[in-house]
Amino acid sequence: MKKFDKERVLLAVAGPVIALVLAIALTSIVLLASNRNPFEPYVLMLQQLPYSDIQVLIINQAAMYYIAAIAVALGFRMNLFNIGVDGQYRLAAVMTAVVGANVGLPAFLQIPMLLLVAMLTGAFWAGIAGVLKVTRGVSEVVATIMLNAIATSVIGYITLANVWGVQVGNNMTTGVMKKSGWFPGINLGSDVGEIYGMVFVAIALGIGYWVVLNRTRFGFDLRATGASESAAAASGVDAKRMVLVSMLISGAVSGLAGLPLLLGDSHTYSLDFPAGLGFTAIGIALLGRNNPGGIAFAALLWAFLDKASPALDYATPVAYEKEIATIMQGLIVFSVVISYEAVRQWGLRRQQRQVGAELAAAAAQNTKKEVAA
Amino acid sequence: MHALVGENGAGKSTLMKILYGMQKPDEGTIAIDGEQVSFSSPADAIARGIGMVHQHFMLADNLTVLENVVLGSEKLYGIGGNARKKIAEISDRYGLGIRPDVLVEDLGVADRQRVEILKVLFRGAKTLILDEPTAVLVPQEVDALFDNLRELKSEGLSVIFISHKLGEVLSVADDITVIRRGTTVGTAIPSETTPRQLAELMVGSELPTPETAESTVTDKPVVTVKNLTVYAGGGIASLGEVGAQPETATVGSSGAAPGADVLTEATTPGAAKRVLDDVSFTIHAGEVMGIAGVEGNGQTELIDALIGTKHADSGAIEFLGEDITGWQTRKRRESGVGYIPEDRHRQGLLLESPLWENRILGHVTEKPNAKGFWLDIKGAQADTRRIVEEFDVRTPGIDVTAASLSGGNQQKLIVGREMSHNPKFLIAAHPTRGVDVGAQAQIWDRIREARREGLAVLLISADLDELIGLSDTLRVIYDGKLVADADPATITPEELGSAMTGAASGHLEHVDTAPEGHEGAAGPEDEAR
Repeated sequence: MKKFDKERVLLAVAGPVIALVLAIALTSIVLLASNRNPFEPYVLMLQQLPYSDIQVLIINQAAMYYIAAIAVALGFRMNLFNIGVDGQYRLAAVMTAVVGANVGLPAFLQIPMLLLVAMLTGAFWAGIAGVLKVTRGVSEVVATIMLNAIATSVIGYITLANVWGVQVGNNMTTGVMKKSGWFPGINLGSDVGEIYGMVFVAIALGIGYWVVLNRTRFGFDLRATGASESAAAASGVDAKRMVLVSMLISGAVSGLAGLPLLLGDSHTYSLDFPAGLGFTAIGIALLGRNNPGGIAFAALLWAFLDKASPALDYATPVAYEKEIATIMQGLIVFSVVISYEAVRQWGLRRQQRQVGAELAAAAAQNTKKEVAA
Repeated sequence: MHALVGENGAGKSTLMKILYGMQKPDEGTIAIDGEQVSFSSPADAIARGIGMVHQHFMLADNLTVLENVVLGSEKLYGIGGNARKKIAEISDRYGLGIRPDVLVEDLGVADRQRVEILKVLFRGAKTLILDEPTAVLVPQEVDALFDNLRELKSEGLSVIFISHKLGEVLSVADDITVIRRGTTVGTAIPSETTPRQLAELMVGSELPTPETAESTVTDKPVVTVKNLTVYAGGGIASLGEVGAQPETATVGSSGAAPGADVLTEATTPGAAKRVLDDVSFTIHAGEVMGIAGVEGNGQTELIDALIGTKHADSGAIEFLGEDITGWQTRKRRESGVGYIPEDRHRQGLLLESPLWENRILGHVTEKPNAKGFWLDIKGAQADTRRIVEEFDVRTPGIDVTAASLSGGNQQKLIVGREMSHNPKFLIAAHPTRGVDVGAQAQIWDRIREARREGLAVLLISADLDELIGLSDTLRVIYDGKLVADADPATITPEELGSAMTGAASGHLEHVDTAPEGHEGAAGPEDEAR
């Protein structure tokens, strides 16, 4: 039944494409409404794309988005809304930075150890929400939002000067990490920049995500729970265990989200460490339909909007506000939700009709044969 | 009184929706009293004197009968004394026995149905459409309903009656139209037709009966249940699974006397109610034990306890000599418990997943679906093709979603899946509910086949003919207790029905035949059948 496979690909692509077209159209309307040229900003942003240094920035940024979005997607696949990725990755980054600044092992031990620290911290923080959900029935949405706020306070405490903080100028940092814990990247020259080594870890995570979900018993249980909790329970999935395990895995993955920057570039956790990654990742996971390929595309698109938009401020003869990109990102999330649901329902109905038609055709043929015989 | 019969998906409901203005026809015309009409909404249909009683009642539970009846048609007779007078008048005229000030939530199913009928009459309907009105009633209630309908008929109203219970149709209708695959395939006059002829007209071929040929019951116990008890609200369902909370209100309303009924147990506050009360039984290899009962009398809890989705509060379950009371669902399934769930959409299928993934569901750890930790996708797909072939699942392929199959084919897929793992004990809850006659026969055949090879089956069904025809032993569940047992060889649906309402208990004997003298019911009965 190759035909139905092709159908599925078509349906999978139709949602994002419609969403993007809709988002661009809406952005143009916003531009028109504010008396600006409705198309020039896109051209200006696309003109940034050929520059190698912009490309490196996009790839590096996308890697962080990608890891965080995979963490969100893991939850989504079983109807868990892990809004706490934001707190999990920041807390994990700060713990990793502290350990990296105070423990010095050889690189081949130091880097795996730091990755492990990040994953354990993330898993621990997400695990709190998981335990609350399975034992007390607390919604993971509420629990993780609160844990985000708590994480901010915990980070504030950790970076106090009399705890682990180190003052550098006006900035509070956690001190520079030992060199053995710097993740080697690909240096493309001083005017281009360096691609983080963690980019490859991100790719590996994406592959691992796909394999685990689609090729293992555990992945099947997880997807079944997401598709129908009651059917999964009747089929023998222990729902509570499943909630806890997926929360832990999601947290472990989100723990890695801050590391491309931390291990590849900043080598310390400071006040200007990016925040909000976890929320952006929710939109990216949505746009990518929780599919590793789709998320990669969405992460790159998001990173492109981030990194190409500053050029709008300096455009000649007319400058545009770079916030246009932010408006666009918001509109993408908005149209994604609408277009996916519409495409899903349309697809289901369409397939029902097709199956009906094929069966009717087959039945008609059979009766004809009977008549002939 | 005109009856419309046909298999599931034959187009009955579509036709009725068109008649009631809920859907527009692509072609063709409708004439009322010789005058051609077209409806664009149910309001038009009501204005023309057509009323519909839906299969699922459209009543507001927390309003009184009077309020429900006037709701939406306040302009007709107001909402006060006038409306009350009108309701009393209609109720008396057709013998409906309606009490206008009772809350609907306190009414049994049969009473609610009468309220629905009254609602329609109140709006001035001259033609009533009843969509499967007997599906939710026990035989006694069905008789009462038919009396009401005859009353209506004698007053000059017309009734269109949709059903696929052929015996009922023949007993009550004046005229029958059979439809199949969207077209009228025949008409019949009840007095000259047998249910069999009618069914054959419906399916378009010969059909079998659910009669087990010879007993295959052995004395090897497969499942032994001892003193199983479940309290309401026990076994806390924290992860959002709200078991379909059933209509306990049917209890006691045996239909004949609508004035003197309803609801004593269900609203008793205070002590936790036992939804399953000290249930014990044994099922042997090769035995089908049928459980009859009005829905919501503990069947769901019994199934949950047996499959392990909600553990019982006390009691023990033994399976092939092992105590499995504390086992998880997965372990039970792996060791040979098959499960045909009562609600296939909620519990049996992943509707938006392809058929082959649905084939894996429930057996993800077993061959051919898995090799160790990994899924064996090729194996699962190949085996899905085999099931599709062997169990005659009508589908263009195994990559289509389960949602795109018809109900009967979905059910065949589930039966195929469960039978493919050589279960030793099968929990079959309504295995042929919503399934057309053709598929029904195939499913019965499969169960009988497996029974011959030593399968123990717990059959829970609302279809009394199915229960009587397929079971070796029959038990009646009422209010969480197994209150009666019966010999399926001699019992009639009516006798079973009266036990289901709690009117009879103990060992049920068919009154016309010589008593056979079985006492302890759990044993393997009547070898000779």
